[in-house]
Amino acid sequence: MPTEILMPALSPTMEEGTLAKWLVKEGDDVKSGDILAEIETDKATMEFEAVDEGTIGKILIDEGTEGVKVNTPNAVMLEEGESADDIGETHATPQGGDEQKQEAHSAPDPVSAPPPSAPAQVAQTMEPDWPAGTEMKKMTVREAINTAMAEEMRNDDTVFIMGEEVAEYQGAYKITQGLLDEFGTKRVIDTPITEHGFAGIGVGASWGGLKPIVEFMTWNFAMQAIDQIINSAAKTLYMSGGQMGSPIVFRGPNGAAARVGAQHSQDYAAWYASIPGLKVVQPYSAADAKGLLKSAIRDPNPVIFLENEILYGKSFEVPVLEDFTIPIGKARIAREGTDVTIVSFGIGMTYALEAAEKLAEDGIDAEVIDLRTMRPIDYDTVVASVQKTNRCVTVEEGFPVCSIGNHISAILMQRAFDWLDAPVINCTGKDVPMPYAANLEKLALTSTAEVMDAVKQVTYR
Amino acid sequence: MATRKTPAKPNVSADELKQYYRDMLLIRRFEEKAGQLYGMGLIGGFCHLYIGQEAVVVGLEAAAEEGDKRVTTYRDHGHMLACGMDPDGVMAELTGREGGYSRGKGGSMHMFSKEKHFYGGHGIVGANVPLGAGLALADQYKGNNRVTFTYFGDGAANQGQVYETFNMAALWKLPVIFVIENNKYAMGTSQQRSTSSPDIYHRGEAFGIPGEAVDGMDVLAVRDAGKKAVDHCRAGKGPYILELMTYRYRGHSMSDPAKYRTREEVQKMRDEKDCIEHVRDLLLDGKHASEEDLKAIDKEIKAVVNGAAEFAKQSPEPAVEELWTDIVLEA
Repeated sequence: MPTEILMPALSPTMEEGTLAKWLVKEGDDVKSGDILAEIETDKATMEFEAVDEGTIGKILIDEGTEGVKVNTPNAVMLEEGESADDIGETHATPQGGDEQKQEAHSAPDPVSAPPPSAPAQVAQTMEPDWPAGTEMKKMTVREAINTAMAEEMRNDDTVFIMGEEVAEYQGAYKITQGLLDEFGTKRVIDTPITEHGFAGIGVGASWGGLKPIVEFMTWNFAMQAIDQIINSAAKTLYMSGGQMGSPIVFRGPNGAAARVGAQHSQDYAAWYASIPGLKVVQPYSAADAKGLLKSAIRDPNPVIFLENEILYGKSFEVPVLEDFTIPIGKARIAREGTDVTIVSFGIGMTYALEAAEKLAEDGIDAEVIDLRTMRPIDYDTVVASVQKTNRCVTVEEGFPVCSIGNHISAILMQRAFDWLDAPVINCTGKDVPMPYAANLEKLALTSTAEVMDAVKQVTYR
Repeated sequence: MATRKTPAKPNVSADELKQYYRDMLLIRRFEEKAGQLYGMGLIGGFCHLYIGQEAVVVGLEAAAEEGDKRVTTYRDHGHMLACGMDPDGVMAELTGREGGYSRGKGGSMHMFSKEKHFYGGHGIVGANVPLGAGLALADQYKGNNRVTFTYFGDGAANQGQVYETFNMAALWKLPVIFVIENNKYAMGTSQQRSTSSPDIYHRGEAFGIPGEAVDGMDVLAVRDAGKKAVDHCRAGKGPYILELMTYRYRGHSMSDPAKYRTREEVQKMRDEKDCIEHVRDLLLDGKHASEEDLKAIDKEIKAVVNGAAEFAKQSPEPAVEELWTDIVLEA
């Protein structure tokens, strides 16, 4: 049967083109790869090749014709044994991919919301993540993270840790202390200073059946590796139609330390929280650090685990339990109250809790929520609390534009608009690179005083 | 070092030659069909054809064993067909349909098959190089004596993470073969205009990684070099670099204006160096096959490719619910 040679689409956006010049004429024999014509698109003049062998039976579009729509027959090609007489009526234009274009999705969108008139949700209470009466032990956040890794490495021999100075140096912040002695060089791997490379090697190893923990000396250095974290780790499960997930934990200290200046002081919570395919955790207490890191290591997805250098040495009560985990995606009510909801996470909790104590002296009873996970966010706990208190202040050290607080505010407008008695205020780091000078650094971060001021504004005191 | 070529009397059986002919022809016909479907608007976005480079993947697959892994860049259709992935599933992914390897959610540049140990299809130039070393690290950790073929182009060879990976792969003796497919052009920039030192295979020397250049238009030379590299890796000696001198006949992608090289240059390669014609000549000259035998193979391949195109047109678009699946796994 004679074959139509159609006007090809020669770029992702081309809809029509000019048939600039024919390089063959009727009666010519062509084989696959021969150039048939030159076609001008909106971008360039391109050569158009034959994909089959045959004879040019008839040219349908004269050279110089402009505005020839994609898929219009340009010529007819004959196979061996056919003649121009075999050319019948022009066939209908072949179907394009567009015809099956479907209506916009109707599947559930995890971020969008029931209407504001939805009934109030049952507020979460301050129940701990472990059974009543559990023995407790004081532990620093540093010990909690170390213990979590050691326990998981004992449980599962596919878990290993790699990063700069994690082995012989015993960790730049002593987080991996003792791991080399117990697990050896095969499972505690010192890397060269080469974040992009070892982040990618970690992701490849996770596809190969291992469960890597990749330590960044700080998250600031992970900007060199962010392509591997986002394009390789976060997106592959989706791009492979569910065949290949990346069970990997990227962890390290995040946010401002003290007097280390602009390049070493940044909170990445909002950056990573915006990426589908990742889970993002930022613990405050030692119990949360331990329970969440153990969950992160077991999780079949890439988990971003954001620690804080200033919190490493802080002690908290941690339950003494054989196998203690905290689920990713669940916020914690750190303090119950009725007058205002303060939402924070990580080191922001220091300001939130301190402000709440001081506000109580002024007769303001604040509820404090520790988000713990920034992706997926436990919206229900926040919304239920705000439906009770009718006011909200968010607290974080990250930059103000597109912050986690901004996002929480937007969700509250959608899901709790009718319950809000005041605009939500976001306490954040200032919109400046982190200064070095001690006084300016202090001003650049948020503070207990700022949180108290914000609470007074939303409670009209 | 001179570029490795086929010895005068190649050590190859008639059946092997026929298999290579068939495998290379499948890739070429498949890609021609893909180009045609792109022209009809059935394939969208970016589409990078492998035409001209077929001997690279077919030769190296002949050196691989079951369980060995491969990972490559976005010019990946040839790699998938060569490692045994189903042409129907690959073509249906190109058309973005439910029957595709990624159920239509990956496209030309992002396809995977865990079953065939094919770890993608990656759209970011150079990013697949550490990923390949990571796969090799997993194999070394498990002690299973598998190797990973990590393919990238002469363009990617200028990315920093390639050298970060060379360093660690050599340091840890990872069983990874770095396969540089040097087709002379990084998109539209010739190697002369992009690369300070022309012999990319030498670049491993700084890390103690042996390398060699191979005539990538000669499937037998590729296979022999591949076997040598595989033996090196399986012996625990660490990574190996193969620079395969090859050529793509078609544009970088479908929207390539072809202004950076002459038509004569392309034609000369087609006439003098074509990898399929080379094996065809070996088969006919050695009286291993007749014209009729080869015609029969051509017909068989044409049927497979037409079948794949038909499948890729008929397979429905993914259900709208697919938008929300495969984002995270249940913990």
